[in-house]
Amino acid sequence: MIALLIRDMRLSIRAGGGFGLGLAFFLIVTVLVPFGVGPDTAILTRIAPGILWIGALLACLLSLDRVFQLDFEDGTLDLLATAPMPMEGAVMVKALVHWLVTGLPLTLAAPLLATLLHLGAEGKFWLFVTLLIGTPALSMIGTFGAALTVGLKRGGLLLSLLVLPLYVPTLIFGAEAARRGSEGMAVTTPLLMLAGITAGAVALLPFASAAAIRINLR
Amino acid sequence: MELAVENLAVSRGGVPVLEGVSFTLTAGQVLILRGPNGSGKTTLLRCLAGLQPPLAGTVSMPPEAIAYGAHADGLKSTLSVAENLKFWANIYGTGEITRAMNDFNLTHLGARPATNLSAGQKRRLGLARLLVTGRPVWLLDEPTVALDQASVKMFADAVRAHVAGGGAALIATHIDLGLEAAIFDIGACRADPDSGAALVGAFDEAFE
Repeated sequence: MIALLIRDMRLSIRAGGGFGLGLAFFLIVTVLVPFGVGPDTAILTRIAPGILWIGALLACLLSLDRVFQLDFEDGTLDLLATAPMPMEGAVMVKALVHWLVTGLPLTLAAPLLATLLHLGAEGKFWLFVTLLIGTPALSMIGTFGAALTVGLKRGGLLLSLLVLPLYVPTLIFGAEAARRGSEGMAVTTPLLMLAGITAGAVALLPFASAAAIRINLR
Repeated sequence: MELAVENLAVSRGGVPVLEGVSFTLTAGQVLILRGPNGSGKTTLLRCLAGLQPPLAGTVSMPPEAIAYGAHADGLKSTLSVAENLKFWANIYGTGEITRAMNDFNLTHLGARPATNLSAGQKRRLGLARLLVTGRPVWLLDEPTVALDQASVKMFADAVRAHVAGGGAALIATHIDLGLEAAIFDIGACRADPDSGAALVGAFDEAFE
């Protein structure tokens, strides 16, 4: 499993691997919003947590179809399925790599980019915390969607349609916690709900994803 | 060690393609699988490798003893030859690639990205993967595609060395590899696609 992790990280960093793609998209969204909304700082501060969360979510979505598709096309997935490694473990590694390549950079960059949306110091802190807790769920749910559509050519659109509704709870609680934090209110309830979604996704979805892949490989 | 297949039936896309497949493969033996295009050779091999469940029948050996060499080599074009092979060696827990690189004459290509290899060189790298799996039974699906005569001989030598060391190989191929091998023709095992019994099996499979 460590070997798979190292290989996938190496692949994502090399040419055409897609590292930084999500980050660049996130940057562009955050830069464009003030142009669209106008320079009113009060409005920007208010919408900042929601916009940044939606931006992070869409950036995650952008690279999902690569999670299994490339391995499926060149036959690696067949060979991995016959290798002495449980498919659940392979799915976990794939989700972890997706998070390391998109979720983690987004989380680290979000407080910096939040400056463009005039978010205060406290808001930046809670944005960072909610993204740190919430983005693993985005990667895990997205990996599940990718596993469901792995056999389909050009399944990207279907993947988005499948995954976006599943992202709704994460978005609601993540953005809500970040908004409350930026306005100085108590964040405990939405933060716990967000953590619960992440824990549940990480605990259950590897099994569902592995089953979906096995069926798709038949 | 013995791979005994009894009365196996397999389907492709819900349509039964083979039934009543029975053969035995013991250590030190090579079995050549023959049959016209579309007769179900790949489906049979995928079933034995554990990638799809059989409709009926038994396979005596668990998929954990089997190394499967598919049509696709599963190479990553941005990784070098050595990195590609090293990955599979680590996955299978053997970690040693020097012998496999030597046997398939890949040593001088070690640092080259797989994207710059010729079709035959890619195939050799794909076959070298079998050596690093350390598994006793090789299932090979058209292993000599894109190989020149010298490489086919290199491959045959590798198979010979493998079976001499107590391994076994089941090879679906149309060419003569020059191996001491039994031949199993699956043409006689073709299933009737409309047979009622097989359709019931497919129906049950959908609701498992």
